[in-house]
Amino acid sequence: MNAPRRRPEPPTRPTRQTLHLPRLLVPLQTWLLRHAQAALGALGRFLSAPLAAVTSLMVVAVAAALPALLYLLVENAQRLLASWEGTGSLTVFLKTEISDDAARKLAKQVEKHADVAAVQVVGRKEGLAEFRRLSGFGAALDALGDNPFPAVLVVRAKPSAADAGRTAALAEELGKLPEAEIAQFDLDWVARLLGFTALAERAVWILTTLLAAGVLFVIGNTLRLEIRARREEIEITALVGGTAGFIRRPFLYWGAWLGLLGGLLGWLLAVASLAFLDGPASHLASLYGSGFALTGGGFGLFAAMAGGGALLGLAGAWLAVLRLLEVAQPD
Amino acid sequence: MIHFEDVTKRYERQDALAGVSFHLAPGEMAFLTGHSGAGKSTLLRLVGLVERPTRGTLRVAGRDLAKLKRRDIPYHRRDVGMIFQDFRLLQDRTAFDNVALPLMVSGVSPTEIGRRARAALDKVGLLRKERSLPRALSGGEQQRVGIARAIVTKPPVIVADEPTGNLDPDLSWEIMDLFGQLNRVGVTLLIATHDWELVRRMHYRTLSLKHGKLADDTGRPGP
Repeated sequence: MNAPRRRPEPPTRPTRQTLHLPRLLVPLQTWLLRHAQAALGALGRFLSAPLAAVTSLMVVAVAAALPALLYLLVENAQRLLASWEGTGSLTVFLKTEISDDAARKLAKQVEKHADVAAVQVVGRKEGLAEFRRLSGFGAALDALGDNPFPAVLVVRAKPSAADAGRTAALAEELGKLPEAEIAQFDLDWVARLLGFTALAERAVWILTTLLAAGVLFVIGNTLRLEIRARREEIEITALVGGTAGFIRRPFLYWGAWLGLLGGLLGWLLAVASLAFLDGPASHLASLYGSGFALTGGGFGLFAAMAGGGALLGLAGAWLAVLRLLEVAQPD
Repeated sequence: MIHFEDVTKRYERQDALAGVSFHLAPGEMAFLTGHSGAGKSTLLRLVGLVERPTRGTLRVAGRDLAKLKRRDIPYHRRDVGMIFQDFRLLQDRTAFDNVALPLMVSGVSPTEIGRRARAALDKVGLLRKERSLPRALSGGEQQRVGIARAIVTKPPVIVADEPTGNLDPDLSWEIMDLFGQLNRVGVTLLIATHDWELVRRMHYRTLSLKHGKLADDTGRPGP
């Protein structure tokens, strides 16, 4: 064999570590070393175990990626909707008999309102031109003869009054002006959709909880198989005086590694999926003249998924090893 | 050092041990004989607290085992070196790692582990095989690794369950000689065997079990 290559060193030679550390630190150092050994040993076992570990890893990763991706989408939707809602703009369609000049006069009046930041007048001709340019129904309009477009006031609320409630109230107030046909808070639906995303956010939490429970069981089950495979080792370790903590330690680290790596892989999956969606989303946004892009999945989510995964793995492992010692110790 | 007082161990329906009493003084070495099923293994398992007695008082290395809490069992086992007929080595670890295991579980520093594990392997004459896996070793060598593992923590008590059961006579003598050496440095040993020939030739105290009862105790042999 290869035994002769590493000859035993003179037994009494002290190592550098013991020479330079204060006496009190030596037990701590040994303790840390044992944990490091258990952690690295578990990682090595994890990486060397082929199918079972990889299968569990994928299950954990997918279970982590799913709610993470949903969370990111909901978060992006909320951000987008909030940016729309926050513009605080509304449109007052005037009666068709109101001329452009009268409209401009009215605009001056409306501008004095405490909640109003600016008023833009879209005259009847401009409205027609814009519609012609954007819709492609020019021929139909020509056939109509008369200009069917009313003058329009586009009102922008002051930032202090830009939330959905104030803007809606302003719309109602302006709608009562005698010159106004109807005032529309364009983004009523945004407020409703925001309410809907709050619901979706709840759903994400429920999904996260359910999948976390699933992950707990997957880890527990994988670990039970691992424990069965290493039963002999557990028994022997107990026979030579290994404490419950010592015997559990590698399994707990194993679970933590599974959770950690699964969480990180799940994060990667979620971020990659988001990037995959970002192209079409940005394109869509640009059609609406918006510079919106999907974001998120930054360090916060990364840390949450890594930490949450590790904790979850540890918890699953703990459940699996609770009864471990009955293998080798009487009550 | 090992003190049995009216100890009974009852399994499902029958007594594996029934009212066994004897006392092994510190530094004493004794054989435990009897046919298979006579209760030898059960008795040794009680000493190492692998199982608890059903009744009776059992004191080992100064501990009343009945009063020992579950979480204290590991610390008791570190004082009792156990040797098994089937060696019970970890097949995927080297001889060195197997011997180092009891030191690792008691939190000995790595330097110290290396020093003491090699000293134990040297003691059983296997220092050159420290990096071999058990399956690369002969039966006798594997048993010597098992012995090195049992003595590496220098426990005051060693119990051996048929340590020569799988070995040929020459190797058996070698192993018994090793036990004699340990005994001379003050270790208390209790060795279960059904090798009458070996027992007769070795002139140690012999306890005989029959159907779970202590049938015979030769007492300490005279000088």
